[in-house]
Amino acid sequence: MDFAPHLFLATLEGAITAAVISLTAVGLSLVFGIMRVVNVAHGEFFMLGAVVAWWVASTLGGHAALGFLAALIIAPLFVGLMAALADRLVLERLNYDLERTIVATIGLLYVIQQVALMTFGPDARPVEAPFDLRIAIPWFEFSDTGVNLIWPWGLATTGYKLAVIAAAAIIVTSIIVFLKRSRFGLMMRATQMDSEMASAFGIPVRRVYCVVFGLGAALAALGAVLIVPIQQAHYLMGGDPLLLSFIVVIIGGLGSLPGTILAAVLIGMSDGIISVFFSPTLAKILATLLVALVLIFRPHGLFGHHTS
Amino acid sequence: MNLLSTRKLSMNFGGVQALLDVDFDLPQGQIRALIGPNGAGKSTFVGAVCGRFRPSAGRVYFEDQDISQLPAHRRIGLGMAYSFQITSIFGSLTVYENVALAVRRAVQAQAEEIVERVHMALDRVGLLDRVEQKAGDLSYGHQRLLEIAMGLGQEPRLFIMDEPTQGLAASEITAFIELLRGLAGESTILLIEHNMHVVMECADTLTVLNFGQILAEGVPSEIRADSRVQHAYFGSSIDA
Amino acid sequence: MTKSLHISVLTSLVLLFFVVSDYHDGNLARIMVLAIYAVGYNLLFGYTGLLSLGHALFFAAGMYGLALPIQHLGVSPIEAFAMGLASAATVSLVIGFLALRTTGAAFMIVTLMFAQAGFLALLYFGQWTRGDEGFVIQQADRIIAGIDFSQSTERYFAAFVLFAVAYLLIAWLISTPFGKCLIAIRENEERAQMLGYDVHRHKLLAMLVSGTLSGASGAAYAFLFGYAGATFASVQYSILPLLWVLLGGAGTTIGPLIGTAFAFYLIDISSHFTTAHLLVVGLAIVLLTLFAPQGLAGEIRNRLISWLP
Ligand SMILES: Nc1ncnc2c1ncn2[C@@H]1O[C@H](COP(=O)(O)OP(=O)(O)OP(=O)(O)O)[C@@H](O)[C@H]1O
Ligand SMILES: [Mg+2]
Repeated sequence: MDFAPHLFLATLEGAITAAVISLTAVGLSLVFGIMRVVNVAHGEFFMLGAVVAWWVASTLGGHAALGFLAALIIAPLFVGLMAALADRLVLERLNYDLERTIVATIGLLYVIQQVALMTFGPDARPVEAPFDLRIAIPWFEFSDTGVNLIWPWGLATTGYKLAVIAAAAIIVTSIIVFLKRSRFGLMMRATQMDSEMASAFGIPVRRVYCVVFGLGAALAALGAVLIVPIQQAHYLMGGDPLLLSFIVVIIGGLGSLPGTILAAVLIGMSDGIISVFFSPTLAKILATLLVALVLIFRPHGLFGHHTS
Repeated sequence: MNLLSTRKLSMNFGGVQALLDVDFDLPQGQIRALIGPNGAGKSTFVGAVCGRFRPSAGRVYFEDQDISQLPAHRRIGLGMAYSFQITSIFGSLTVYENVALAVRRAVQAQAEEIVERVHMALDRVGLLDRVEQKAGDLSYGHQRLLEIAMGLGQEPRLFIMDEPTQGLAASEITAFIELLRGLAGESTILLIEHNMHVVMECADTLTVLNFGQILAEGVPSEIRADSRVQHAYFGSSIDA
Repeated sequence: MTKSLHISVLTSLVLLFFVVSDYHDGNLARIMVLAIYAVGYNLLFGYTGLLSLGHALFFAAGMYGLALPIQHLGVSPIEAFAMGLASAATVSLVIGFLALRTTGAAFMIVTLMFAQAGFLALLYFGQWTRGDEGFVIQQADRIIAGIDFSQSTERYFAAFVLFAVAYLLIAWLISTPFGKCLIAIRENEERAQMLGYDVHRHKLLAMLVSGTLSGASGAAYAFLFGYAGATFASVQYSILPLLWVLLGGAGTTIGPLIGTAFAFYLIDISSHFTTAHLLVVGLAIVLLTLFAPQGLAGEIRNRLISWLP
């Protein structure tokens, strides 16, 4: 295959990473922006989503689409409830103290990972895609007779991958609309701006925190359900999305939603593209160093603007 | 000679003009009170003087040396002390260690001499019987006194106090006035104070700040008679 | 009083060697070496109030600073140990210089990211480091002046001496004006600055000492146990010293030793019943942050002995 079609494929892979990461990162960003909690266990909620998806799909049997759709609803709901429970049992009792919640979520990370290992086992397991549609992509070729359409061997994708990108775009858009338009969105924004003021105006801040933490985890789980048909479920799969979401949230400016989404697209695409052409390890080294340097020299993110 | 001067000192907090072109001179040896209504910019002014905040514009001179670019710890090293408006001590350390931290930084001395100076500073505020107590366990009033003792321990040439009597009991305020008078010969004092009794008893000169600008300056009797000052505080002047 | 505490802690470590079985001697040697790591971490976290999530980078800098020269350059152990210390010191100064421009959550994430980059770099240069798999330091390379440090007695006392040095160094440091200033920074950074202390310089020095001790632990581990591997640079190894210090009691001199020993035996004993060590560790972390935020030594100090340093 030539370079150009190859790049096109890499971009497509990058777009899938971007789609999934934007969901996870928006979850992380909401939790940090509104609750000021750095949730180190976020990647484990992602993993839990994938594991529950596998469990739902394999218990239900029947047509693949049926299992997948059920997983798409049950997994985020279950993970969201677990997270809300963790909020009530742990975070609330720590008064959402920034440092102590970091340590506590590290503990949660280990607990969730180990429970997944003990119940789900050490193997990677696939979930079948809801539909199977292979799309060959045409390419152009310049020859004596003008421009020809050709179908290079290997230049193909699945309909499901395109659907993932579309689904992520729809979900992220609806989250934004929800935050802007709904009453609960208003409560969340008020809490973010000044939680004491919000509580003085009768907003149930504690309940808002609980819902936000659940919602953040549910978004991670949703991203995971979308990705399991492409990448199998595994109990250690939470590490990469955690790191990438962290990177995205920081580059985009801590707690800024538009910045986070922009950064997710940028980082997801470049991660996909760099990993195809170079070593994925090198790509990760560069990305982690970039995050560190952005935090040091541009603490408001690459896209954030400075307010004192 | 002026120990402290500022020229065109301005501070803008994201739109709030907390200070605007303040030209201020404080001669050596004076006790100067800085007064003004809430939010006038008093804390901001002294914060900019000792380097807690970087002002948006203007210069600060200490003994005619331009210190505008120096970080806070270097300015303190030149002989300033600053006691915070909001009580600010090291809660888990002992009362002794709180003051010792201040003394050791300010004077190079033998161990015994440091102990002696710590005890002297604590004695002056009346906390000598509590040297070994944890600072965080002191009552609010005692914590304020400890804060002052830390400043005394620094043996500063310029002692900036931001509302030192806030939260003190009446008897403690009387003792504080005595203390200030005792300091008169030793160091120059810039005192932010809402308690007019303390101000009138102790200050040689007053500077009135309003909306980030100097409104008036003079000896207590002049300020008392100044209708603009009355206006700033009461919305109208008393004899108008 | 504090002096007699230090003496009795160290003498009991010597006596324990003769009392307990070989199996526990091996464990205790490992605990003492790792406790050096915890002691170093405690200076930064417990005394200075800076929560780093990237100390595995310093541990690994010491470990590989010793192991790579031995493996590839045939350097003698003493020289290699010095190289390990030097590389940990250099890395902690550079990282400190950069990371200390941030505070709070940003500081945690910056240190985490630098450590992650270091870990990935070890994998990337697998040709020399042998990545995750790691490499063994041969017994022949673990002999100094005829003393074979792969033997359990030699190893135990080498670990003891190194631990005693680290322990006494920190106990002394926090009694000096420098140490008091670190505590002051932890308690109230702005106040310390307004007393005229150069807060940034103090933090950088704390980072240097803390990172170098962590590196000393890494170097000692590689030398005494004959192995270096990239897992020691992973996030998990950045979290462990935090766990040990929290368990034992942050900002206490004996906390790190207590915490390391406690965590070690918690895993050792629980592994007789279950393979789920991480579950035990995870639950311990959550319960500790909830119910004993001051750790074991902290609780002892609060309830029993108030003078505990
Ligand atoms: N860090 C800050 N960020 C934004 N605005 C600030 C900040 N500090 C002070 N201000 C504003 O600057 C103005 C001056 O505040 P300042 O604290 O200097 O007043 P003050 O004269 O000390 O009042 P008080 O008598 O209540 O102590 C106020 O309007 C205040 O809201
Ligand atoms: Mg004020």
